[in-house]
Order: sequence, then structure tokens, then C-alpha cells
Amino acid sequence: MPKTTFRLALAALGIGAALAWSPAGAQQPITIGAFLSVTGPAAFLGDPEQKTLEMYVDEINKKGGVLGRPLKLVSYDDAGDAEKARTFAKRLIEQDKVDLILGGTTTGTTMAVVPLVESAGVPFVSMAGAVVIIEPVKKWVFKTPHTDRMACERIFSDMRERKITKIGMISGAGGFDKSMRQECLNVAKQYSIEIVADESYGAQDNDMTAQLAKIRNVAGVQAVVNPGFGQGPAIVTKNFRQLGMTMPLYQSHGVASKQFIELAGAAAEGVRLPAAALLVAEVLPDSDKQKPVVLGYKKAYEARFKSEVSTFGGHAYDALFIAVDAIKRAGGADKAKVRDAIEATKGYIGTGGVVNMSAKDHMGLDASAFRMLEVKNGSWSIVK
Amino acid sequence: MLSQAVQFLFSGLTLGAIYALVALGFTLIFNASHVINFAQGEFVMIGGMTTVFLVGFGLPMPMAIALAVAAATGIGMALEKLAVEPARQASITTLIIITIGASIFLRGLAQLVWDKKLHALPPFTGDAPIGILGATILPQSLWAMGVGVLLLLALRWFFARTLLGQAMLATANNRMAAQLVGINVRRILLLSFALSAALGAAAGILIAPITLTAYDVGTNIGLKGFAAVMLGGLGSSAGAVLGGLLLGIAEAFGAGYVSSAYKDAFAFVIIMLVLLWMPRGLLGGAAAERV
Repeated sequence: MPKTTFRLALAALGIGAALAWSPAGAQQPITIGAFLSVTGPAAFLGDPEQKTLEMYVDEINKKGGVLGRPLKLVSYDDAGDAEKARTFAKRLIEQDKVDLILGGTTTGTTMAVVPLVESAGVPFVSMAGAVVIIEPVKKWVFKTPHTDRMACERIFSDMRERKITKIGMISGAGGFDKSMRQECLNVAKQYSIEIVADESYGAQDNDMTAQLAKIRNVAGVQAVVNPGFGQGPAIVTKNFRQLGMTMPLYQSHGVASKQFIELAGAAAEGVRLPAAALLVAEVLPDSDKQKPVVLGYKKAYEARFKSEVSTFGGHAYDALFIAVDAIKRAGGADKAKVRDAIEATKGYIGTGGVVNMSAKDHMGLDASAFRMLEVKNGSWSIVK
Repeated sequence: MLSQAVQFLFSGLTLGAIYALVALGFTLIFNASHVINFAQGEFVMIGGMTTVFLVGFGLPMPMAIALAVAAATGIGMALEKLAVEPARQASITTLIIITIGASIFLRGLAQLVWDKKLHALPPFTGDAPIGILGATILPQSLWAMGVGVLLLLALRWFFARTLLGQAMLATANNRMAAQLVGINVRRILLLSFALSAALGAAAGILIAPITLTAYDVGTNIGLKGFAAVMLGGLGSSAGAVLGGLLLGIAEAFGAGYVSSAYKDAFAFVIIMLVLLWMPRGLLGGAAAERV
């Protein structure tokens, strides 16, 4: 046995040496680590993210890489489990020795990894939603998606225009749902909106008529907001119509995909939600700065994977290109320099909006990145 | 106030009807083999998902439903033939673990064969809600309850009036004696898997337009069905139906009047209390007719 082990080791050494001395070795790849929830309950987020990263790393390498160096993607599937995410992030840092980390499909997995990247000093761009990721600012942590607070603000400003002051809220039990519910409660006052009913449902629930009937019976409710993602919002929307409720219903950016309309069917008509430009790429006015970016990404993704583009894949697109852009400006993959370069990102036009980062803002988006959409005739339209 | 209670009752009955069908599936297999088939929830998933995809391929709904039930029945029989029967000498615990393994396998397979997304099945007859006493009910809920009752009546007839049904009853009561009078108990076991797979698939199809379906819906609904069985009394078909309906109604009223956050807890607390006072469930008393 020891002999075989020794031989194996020798062989491995030989292969390793051959690789190191091959001409390609002269240009050491830049290693991008990723941990995403490709399977599990958040798979509908993680799957397009993974596909997007693979597609664009390939494309960048075909065009000669970054600064003449190829990109190497090391990606793990954490299945939405924060504990696994932590283990994989550790492996990325210690074993794979990656130059930077992208990922964290959910807020839960992201937050599990934050302490690791902070102590190891590795630039980290997250694709998860909640405000806690970047507030308070953490030196090495950035994120690409809009925050749930911005979504609340966008919804409330739309309500203010419609002279709505009393609303009911129904939200799920997931991390995203809870976080957004809290943010909505926090900012409601600023828009002089009063939340007079506040109901919730469980992650696996498939009937919310009881909760909605309760909201309906509260006097003075003028509209209902449903912070949530996954199956919940589609069922809420169906139940809402079943109960014959006619007041405006607002969903969150968490369900901003065609799938929501498919699932909720005719019940989705008239539902409003804040979402990124990507969703309405075709109907954006030509003057829109984001149009070429989102249309380009949408076409490339749909041609390659034969499935509908989602904003979640867009978050991965933005994470990758913000990182690549920063590596170019930093002139290499030095971790501290790349971190500084990401923080100095200005005027980057991505799928999520125009990104202007600073030492105080590690996301760099403002509420204008959200478009208010309404479902009309089974498709999205922009609310003017 | 009344309209609200009626509304809760409607949503409770809709879910309850589905839980009852799943619980009946558990009961059938338990009676024939004393195995609790934890893959029962996967039949629900297979029924719903197969229908969704066949309809997606352009098949008319009735044909898609028939094929989906047939597919689930086939898978149920394959499960019995390939996984349960080869291990029939093993202990009941081993067999139960085999069914857990089978459920994980089927869920994984569904992920590969179809996808990981949620799907909605169009309702059978439109989705204009019907108003009753100030509450509203979807036509699909009526379908779920109606078909549930029909299936229950059909089962009753099967057990009371057909030779095969009588043979199943005999096997349930005393396997050895049944074998001695010439009943092919292995065939009966296969039949019980086929029947409960078909029941599960029917439940999955009936509920898919209301609650959506996905590769992983089986876990939760299987668990609820099992809870209904425990509530009603293991081995009693009337108990399975009663348990399912009670569970559904408890959930709806719990969510409506107490707090939606504790909806699941509410149902399980009731089960704990019942089991504390009546360890054999509501109708699981002295072995009378067990099917």
C-alpha cells in the first residue's frame, strides 16, 4: 500500500509540475470562487446565477481573459444551507486560494460567510437581497441586488401617488419575507402610510384565504402588500381574487419573474411590483441607459439556455462584471487593490441599475433602479 | 363574522379532502402489509407534475389526468415489486426505511426528469369564485371535495361488494388465515400499492390548480396525510377521512382565529392531545373493520 501511495504521489507531482511548466502556466489564471444555492429551496435563484457565471466566464476566456490572464471559476452548491455555505467558503479561501468570492444566493448563506471573508481579507460580492449585508458597511463585503428597503420605498411612493394611506400586509416566514416586512414597517411612516393589518403564513402553506379574509375585515384597508418569494405570493394572489378583493395588490421584487404570472394566471392581472429593468428589457424606451446591457444579457442567456431570463441571474452578471472591471482597474488580482477598486466603482451600468459605490455604500444603487410594473394581459408593463 | 367562519370552513374542507385521500393511501398499504409507506406523498407529487407536463405537451386535460394516474399507479407497483417485495422477510422497520429511501429517490428523479420550478395546473372548470353565505369558494375546491367523496364511495363499494375487495379485507385482518384460504397475499400487497398510488395521484391532480405543484410538494403533504392517519386511528379508513378533514379544518381555523404563524403547530398540538388521551387515534379502537 505505501508503495502505491508513493507512486500516486509521484505521478500527481509529475502532472502538477507539467501543468506548472506548460506555456499556459506563464499566465496564471485569476481564480474566482463561488458558492451558490443551485439546488434546494432557493434553486430558482441559484440555478440562473450559476448558469450566468459559467456562460460569461467562458465568454471572457474566449476573448482572451482579463489582463491577458484566463478566469478560472471554482463553484460549489450549498443547497441553500448556511452551514454548508460556510464550509465551502472556507474551502474556497484555504484550499482553492481564490482571488475573490462571488455568491451567497440567499441572505442566510451570505451572512454565514461574512465573518470568514472579513478575517481572511478576500473581496466578496454577494447576490442576496437584504440590507443587513451592507449595513453596517463591512470592509470586504459588497452586493449587487437592490435591497428590500428600496423595494418598500418604491411601493410606498407609488401608493402615495394613488392616495393610499392605510394598508394591510401579509408576508411569509422566509428570511427574505421577514426582512422585507421589517423594512416596510420601518419606512412606512416616512410615506405617511399606516399598516393596519399584519398577517403571515408558513413556508409550505398552500392556502392563505384565512389570513386574507382577516385583512379584508379590517376597516379602512386600501391596499395589500405581500413581501415574499417562492410559491407564497402566487397563492396569495390567487386567494386574493378568490375572495373577490378588488383593492390594489402589491407584490415584491422577490417574485419578479415570468413564472409568477404563469403560476398566478389570470389572478395576476393588475398586480403591481417593483422590479429591475431586465424584466421589461424589450419595452424600455431606447433612451434608457440600461437598455443595451439588459437586452444583451437577456438575449445571450435565452439563446444559450432556452429558458426565460430572471433578475437573479442578472445579479450574478453584475457581480461578475463589477469584479472583472475592478480587477482591470486594479491591474491585477491583488486582494486589497481589487477591494479598493470595487469600492471605487462609478457609473457601472448593469442589469440591476447604475452602480456608484463608495466607502459608505457597498451596493451603489438608488431607488430609481426599480421600475414599478403592472401585470397587464399576462405580461409586464411599466407604470408611468 | 359568519362569512369569515364559513370561509375558514371552506379552505379547511378543501385541504382536508386532500389530506383524507393521502391518509387513505397510507391506510390501504398499512392494512395490507403493516408498512407505513412514507413515499405516499411522492405519489401526490407524481400525479400533479405528470399532469402539468402532459398538459404542457398539448394533451387534453382528461387524457393527461388518466395518464398521470396510470403513471403513478405503475410507479407504485414498481415500488412494491422492486423495493418492498424483495425485502419482505425484513422487519417492518426496515421496510419503512425502504419507503423513506424510495421517497428521496423519487423526489430526486422528479428533479431530473422535470425541473425544480413550481407549476400551476389550469383549473378544471374556470376559476370564477362562487359566493356562498358571504364566503367564496373556487370551483376547483368543489372538484376536490366531490371527487374525494366519489373515490371514498367507490372504495367502500370495492371492499363491500367485490371478491378482490373482500380478499384485501381478509388479508388486512389476518394475513396467515387469508393465505390459508387461498388468497394470493403477494398479489394483494401489489394491489394495495397500486390503489394507494392512484389515490395519491388523484389528490395531487385535484389540488395542483389550487396550491401549485413542484418536485418537492410530496414531503409536506405526505407528512400531513400521516398526521391525519395518526389522528383518525391507524388502520381505519373512516378514521383516515375524519382525521384528514379535522386536520384541514383545524389548520384553517387556527390560521384564521389564532395566528397564521402557528398554523402547523396548531394542527400538531391537536394530534398530540388526541394521542395523549386516545393513543390509537379517534377511530382506531378495538379492531373492527380495518381498511
